Amino acid sequence: MYLKNALLAATALTFVAAAAAHAQTITIATVNNGDMIRMQGYSDKFTEATGIDVEWVTLEENVLRQRVTTDITTKGGQFDIMTIGMYETPIWGANGWLVPLDGLSAEYDVDDILPAMRGGLSHEGTLYAAPFYGESSMIMYRTDLMEKAGLEMPEAPTWQFIREAAAAMTDRDNDINGICLRGKAGWGEGGAFITVTGNSFGARWFDEDWKPQFDQPEWNEALTFFVDMMSESGPAGYATNGFNENLSLFQQGKCGMWIDATVAASFVTNPDDSTVADKVGFALAPNSEGVDKRSNWLWAWALAIPAGTEQADAAKQFIEWATSKDYIELVAENEGWANVPPGARTSLYENPEYQKVPFAKMTLDSILSADPNNPTVKPVPYVGIQFAAIPEFAGIATQVSQEFSAVYAGQQTVEEALEKAQAFTAEEMEAAGY
Amino acid sequence: MTRAVTTRRKSLNTALAWAVGLVIFFPILWTILTSFKTEAQAIASPPLFLNFDWTLENYAIVQERSDYMRFLWNSVIIAGGSTILGVIIAVPAAWAMAFVPSKRTKDILLWMLSTKMLPAVGVLYPIYLLFIRLGLLDTRGGLVVVLMLINLPIIVWMLYTYFREIPGEILEAARMDGATLKEEILYVLTPMAIPGIASTVLLNFILAWNEAFWTLNLTAVDAAPLTAFIASYSSPEGLFFAKLSAASTMAIAPILILGWFSQKQLVRGLTFGAVK
Repeated sequence: MYLKNALLAATALTFVAAAAAHAQTITIATVNNGDMIRMQGYSDKFTEATGIDVEWVTLEENVLRQRVTTDITTKGGQFDIMTIGMYETPIWGANGWLVPLDGLSAEYDVDDILPAMRGGLSHEGTLYAAPFYGESSMIMYRTDLMEKAGLEMPEAPTWQFIREAAAAMTDRDNDINGICLRGKAGWGEGGAFITVTGNSFGARWFDEDWKPQFDQPEWNEALTFFVDMMSESGPAGYATNGFNENLSLFQQGKCGMWIDATVAASFVTNPDDSTVADKVGFALAPNSEGVDKRSNWLWAWALAIPAGTEQADAAKQFIEWATSKDYIELVAENEGWANVPPGARTSLYENPEYQKVPFAKMTLDSILSADPNNPTVKPVPYVGIQFAAIPEFAGIATQVSQEFSAVYAGQQTVEEALEKAQAFTAEEMEAAGY
Repeated sequence: MTRAVTTRRKSLNTALAWAVGLVIFFPILWTILTSFKTEAQAIASPPLFLNFDWTLENYAIVQERSDYMRFLWNSVIIAGGSTILGVIIAVPAAWAMAFVPSKRTKDILLWMLSTKMLPAVGVLYPIYLLFIRLGLLDTRGGLVVVLMLINLPIIVWMLYTYFREIPGEILEAARMDGATLKEEILYVLTPMAIPGIASTVLLNFILAWNEAFWTLNLTAVDAAPLTAFIASYSSPEGLFFAKLSAASTMAIAPILILGWFSQKQLVRGLTFGAVK
């Protein structure tokens, strides 16, 4: 009897000890890009400091979006932290699907987050996701080709100057395209680019009564300008070019100018990958003459906690660590200031070491000039610059961008595409009850 | 003269077959070659075919970043489990349809096949909710069942086609000799249909191995197979083609080797009954 009791006690103790030794584990869904992969590498330091293990589910952006949306809307509880963007955060926050990020520690210094980022990741003043890195868009151009063309890039150029410069830099014999821009269908690819281009010509997606505006002259002007310029100076087949295709062209010296995400600056100036690393200049994204809005967007990849996770405290601890000033210092120490996650904190841009990075100032200026509440000249009922933060937008914009890509591919005219976009958007918005 | 023409035609056919084979295999070959390049070489224009500095760096990075063996093991369990379970269910079903057909057999077969025509995303939410309720999310067991159900119409159709080639008289003779239903299926029908069953198993194993909708949507960490392993290296913002190619090569290598060794069986099974 004594032996049996002793055995039972020993077994129970073993189980307790095993449970205690088994560390807490959080699961994070994230995208595959340089900054996120770097963070995965450093997460051992978080585990060392807190005893919390981290499991990663890394997916391509569109797959991740579908995966986390399915999970959060069904309360699947597969993830303790999700990497989401500025489009999802206010919508999901409003639906009560995310844990509010209040009560962050004093050392975290939440006021240090750039106001544009904080605003875009909040709903009714409550922060629902912490920015891991933020981006706007800007012009990256070849200084040598610009000089050869006898032109000088202004700090804040107009589209008309860009078109002129692109034509002057184009050298078809040597396979150099004056300008490379996104034409690929998809709301986050070519759809995002043409939306900000539209903004800089005074176009808007919806008026104050949620009526689509593709039948207005500003859209016709913007799309016609884009198509004409790309026909003159863009690469062949640009209708299927997205970020990666243009990055590849620019790194191989086949683009005079490229207007895209500010995070690309570290890629094109990296001598390991880019053949033109020492010949790149930066300027603000252009606007059309007389229009007081530039074509730069605002985006952040941010970490959020889905409501319903049982590990909200551990998740919050991780978010505080990964988006802190200390994390930035950690990366700078090991990999240099050019490789720290940009665009999230004011203090980074006040750091004299970071100010030496060639694209730091232009990145900050681009982010600061982006206003998600006033994306274009006329008033709009939505928040967001390259998107409208409503659930219906992704589906509608994907379809609209497919129509525009068909114009780039020469399959239909600007007028036909705009007519279809207007009809489709009006139908969808009506069906959604707007 | 006739012999010369025949030889020339044979050579021509062989050359044509090789050319078609190379065209089909080229994407895989290119993926394998890219996996040995640096990221800069991977996007070089004009593309580099063999004249580049071969490196194993991408494999080292992939190995360091991901637990390849865990993904591989999950793939083996999920693809193998769903195939075996599918065959166990499909053999009696196909037997009934082939040897004891009713007026509705053709309709049932077509109805089964029609389930393949529904886009998978159309039933994502119901299945996801079911998985939450049953606690099957991110489990290998859950995926075995889902992939089995998805491939079951194909398995039944393939087996039905093979069984139809077997003369019913042989089974009748076995019955006359006193064989029970179980013995008839196990000891008479199955041995005769081995090539067909083998090719069905192989084809469905390959289909389950490559399935990338359910395996991505219903897994996270514990049950994620090689499709999730590849997906983790795909990036729309950053050029990681060489690393993606290394991950893809590692993911397809086991199934490529399996296909290579079983190609005779596979071809025999797929052409079974094609020529009478």
